[in-house]
Formats: sequence, structure tokens, C-alpha cells
Amino acid sequence: VSETSIARKYGRRRIPRRLHWGLIEGGSLLLGALILVWSLTPVYNMFLVALDPSGHNEFAYDIWPSHPTLDVFTSLWQADDEDIRDIWPAFGNSLYIGCAVTVLTVLIGSLASFAIGRLRLGRDWTLSSTAFATYVIPSSILIIPFLRVMHIYGLVDNPLSVIAAEVTFATPYAILVLQYYAKLIPSELDDAARIDGASALQVYLHIYLPLMAPALAAVGTYALLFAWNDYFYQYMLLFSERHTTVAMALEQFFDDDDAPWNYMMAIAILYALPPIAIFYALRRYMASGLTAGGLKG
Amino acid sequence: MSVNPAALATQRPLAFRWPGLPKWRGPLHGSDLGWALAFIVPYAAVFVAFALYPIGYALWMGGDPRLYAELLADPRYVRAAINTVAFVGLAVNVQMILALLLSGFFTRPRRWIKALLVVYLLPWTLPAVPAYLSFHWMLVTYPQGLLDNLLAAFGITPVFWFNSGWGALGWDIVADIWKWMPLWTVIFLGGRMAIPPDLYEAAAIDGASPVQRFAHVTVPLLANLYVISTLIAAIWAFGDYGPVLFISGGSPAFESEVVSTLGFHYALDFANPALGVAAGLSVLPLLVPLLIALMRRLETTEAQL
Repeated sequence: VSETSIARKYGRRRIPRRLHWGLIEGGSLLLGALILVWSLTPVYNMFLVALDPSGHNEFAYDIWPSHPTLDVFTSLWQADDEDIRDIWPAFGNSLYIGCAVTVLTVLIGSLASFAIGRLRLGRDWTLSSTAFATYVIPSSILIIPFLRVMHIYGLVDNPLSVIAAEVTFATPYAILVLQYYAKLIPSELDDAARIDGASALQVYLHIYLPLMAPALAAVGTYALLFAWNDYFYQYMLLFSERHTTVAMALEQFFDDDDAPWNYMMAIAILYALPPIAIFYALRRYMASGLTAGGLKG
Repeated sequence: MSVNPAALATQRPLAFRWPGLPKWRGPLHGSDLGWALAFIVPYAAVFVAFALYPIGYALWMGGDPRLYAELLADPRYVRAAINTVAFVGLAVNVQMILALLLSGFFTRPRRWIKALLVVYLLPWTLPAVPAYLSFHWMLVTYPQGLLDNLLAAFGITPVFWFNSGWGALGWDIVADIWKWMPLWTVIFLGGRMAIPPDLYEAAAIDGASPVQRFAHVTVPLLANLYVISTLIAAIWAFGDYGPVLFISGGSPAFESEVVSTLGFHYALDFANPALGVAAGLSVLPLLVPLLIALMRRLETTEAQL
């Protein structure tokens, strides 16, 4: 009895190689199709409603848009309709809050992770796990005392209060991610620079920040997405019209029974574009940054 | 081949296993301490002013035991508490397990799978409010919603999706999984990439089937990352009001509320902020153990390195 026939008889592979290959590739394709449908159905629905010309007063749409039109986007661009007059200032407000949250989260998070991880302030993880105590009360509940505290600080109806809240909630995770990633940077580099007479600030600026770039990009994108996802803190803390953000405007459409659904979805699509653009621009950093240098190089 | 699984599991690639400095070099002194304090001050200030103070305020607001008697007497609260456990338990576990499995699919070296990953990440980057509103209109507009129309195309009669609390909550859970699964998939993908391929080759030479390779190589090496991610996801899920607020809206008649949205309704719609805060604090017996588990996990895995 030859070796190959033994292998054929007792080997693990009981199905022929080609069939095996076909099953795997076929299964992959099937799974891929499922993932595509799963990921895109709600996105497709947004376009379906946005492109429906009759979306203004009813939503008798079908699986395909019957008379698709881009009118709604041109109206948005000109902001010529009663319902959408203030939409561009709202975009400005969202952008302002999003950028501030991103910059502050990256700055405060990187400073804190440098102090904890490189300057070894406190036992290694004590401080960064204490930061997670921030999540001890669900954020939608914490808004109630938060609103009162903002009254005490005199920050009510001020975008700064929203920025403060979002930075508070984004930073603990940011510190964790940065601290994990910082483990990839040999501390000998710091020591060498210190021996050459660099101060801690110089090490932070010239060694830590440049080498942490992928993690900083990941954390910044995370913070931007966080600010873009938030609605509650904006809704509760801002009430004058000039502070309205896009998330708040969308919610107002949602509350209004006669709302023009097509405008709502068109605004939703435009609102989704900036984080998508930034995310995909920085995508190659995301996996490596978020999993602390899981990808080599 | 000597591989310390703990080192891998905490995501330090093998190539970077330099001996490192002692964990604790003794107290900081002189200018280093000054710099360290200066660097931590911004975060400490944010933490105290915008986290600690409001949390303390919440504990004070919800300190009256009578509030909890009032909550337990309210059937809406009891239902919301059950829903919260179902929401967190189901949404988090399903998305973590699927993310772990799908991250394996996305490591396959095919160009179309790389392209598919780009599409798959879309829900994560889509802002929550528009995404959940889209789910809402897909489901709620009986009988013309996209889902009902799709069912009709297959000859199935339209369904009032939000007629039952469980059905409505089910859709909230689906949407939560849809939104957050890509984040954890990316994280596990990064974790899988850090596993040296020779481990799989060695296992394959020893005759391990793909399932065995997954069970005896991938799972042990990703276990720590998986547990930490699950704990973080669960902690976040307790505060995730988005799906319930925008998709089911708690319908029908508060049957699909979770604690984080019901507390908000208590505070705003019923003008009883203290009761709302008490509803939020009532999840502490579940949330605090998760937080402690996370903190311990972060500290002990570090000690193993």
C-alpha cells in the first residue's frame, strides 16, 4: 500500500481538492453578497427617500425610485425652501464642534498618555483605567446632572459645553488606544534624547508625536465620528437657533409630522460625507492605530 | 518555538519584545514630576470638571431610596430594565462573535474582499442619527417601507414591525449590531494580523483543520483583546440611546424602551429629573462589575507582559 493511498484513506481531506476549493470560494462569494446587502440596505434607503420627488408630502416609494431626481440637492444648495433655510449654518456649527472635539481629544489624550506611559506617572494602568469611570453612568442619563453643572459654569447654550462633554466621553478610550500603541515605541529612544539634554516637552514634540502618528490619526477619526454621532448633548445643551447643529436639525424633521422626508435624507447623506471622507483618507492607519500596532510597519 | 501568548494577546508583536524598563522606576522626582503633572493636568481638569462632578451630582440627585421604590412600581421601568439587559446582552455578544468570525473572512487574500471591506466599514462611519432615521423609515412606513416592499416582492404580506415591544427592540438590536460591528471587526482584524503566520503553518503541518487552527491558535491569542473589547462594548451599550430613540421610539407604548431612554423621558417628558437619574443609577449593579472587570483586565494583562 503506497503512502499516498494511506493519506487518501485516512487523511483529513475527505472531499476532493477542487470541490473543496469551489466550496470555499463559493461560500466566500455568498458571504460577500450577504455582507453587501447587510451593509448597504439602510444606505440605499436613504437615497431612495432623498431622490423621491414626491417625498415632500408622502413616501409612497417602491423598491426602486420611480422618478429619481436630484432636485432636492439643488434646493439644499440654494437653501431656498422654508424648511432648509438655516441648514448651512447648521453644517458650520457641526463642523466647528467636530473639529474642536477632534483637536482637543488628540491633544489632551496624547499629553495624558505621554505622562502616564512615558513619564510613568502613577502605576502603569491605574490612571487610564480610572478614566474609564467616566462611563459609569449612561451618557444619556448623565446629561441631566451635566446640564445643571453647565448652569453652574455658565456654559449653557454655548457650543463649548457640547465640546467639553464630547471630549470628556471620547478621551478615556483615546488614552487607552494611545497607551497601547506607545508600547511599540522603544523607551530607549526617549532615554537617548534625554541624555542628549532634551526636555520632556521636546521628547513629546519631536519623538512621541511623530512616531505616534498612526494612533493619533485613528484617535482623531474616532473623536470626529464620536462628535458626529452625538445628538443628545447638542440637543440638551444648545437651544438658540444660531447654535443648531445638523444632528439637531435632523431630529426636528423627525419630530415634525409634515416634515419633508426627502430633505431630511438628503441632509443626512451630506452630513455623512465629511467623516466618510476623512475615515477613508486615513483608513490605513485605523486598523494599526486602533489595535495598538497590530499591523507591523 | 517559544511564544508567550500573553504578549501576543496584548497586541505587542513579537518583533518588539525588547526587555523594557522595570514597570515602576520608583517615585518621579524633580523636573520629570513637574512635566508629568503638567501633561496630565488638562485631562485631570476635564475629568474632574465634566465627569466627576456631574457623576457626583447624579449620585446626589438619585440618592433617595424612595425613587427606587417608585421605579419598581412602574411597569414601564420594569420592562425597560428587562429590555436593557436583552439589548446589551444580545447586541454586544452577537456583534462581537460575528466580528471575530468576519475578521477571519476579511484576512483572505482576495482583492474583491479588500474592496468589500471598504463597503462593510460604511455603517461605522455613517453618523448615528441619519443611519437610525433611515432604519426607522425603512421599517415604520407601513405598508410602503422598503422592507415591506421587499417582502411584498416575494409575496409576503407587510408587517407592522413596531406592533410588539420585542419586535421593535429586535430591530433596535439589529441596528446597533449593524452600526458597531465594523469597529470591532477592524480591531480583531488588526489583532489577527499580529499573529505570526508561522504559528498557522506549524499547526497546519501538524494536521490541524481550519476549525482547530481557529480554536487553538486564533482564539487563545485573541482572547484578551476579545474580552477587553467586549467589556468596552458592553459598557458603551448601556449608554447607547440612539437605536431606541430613533428607530422604535420606544413604541408600542414604552414597550421597547431601555433604561437610558426611559430615564430621559422621565426627566424631560414627565418633568421628574430625579427619577430619571435614579433610573440611570439603577443599572450600576450591572455596569460597575463590568467596569471593575475592565480595569482589572487592563492592569493584570499589563503585569503579565
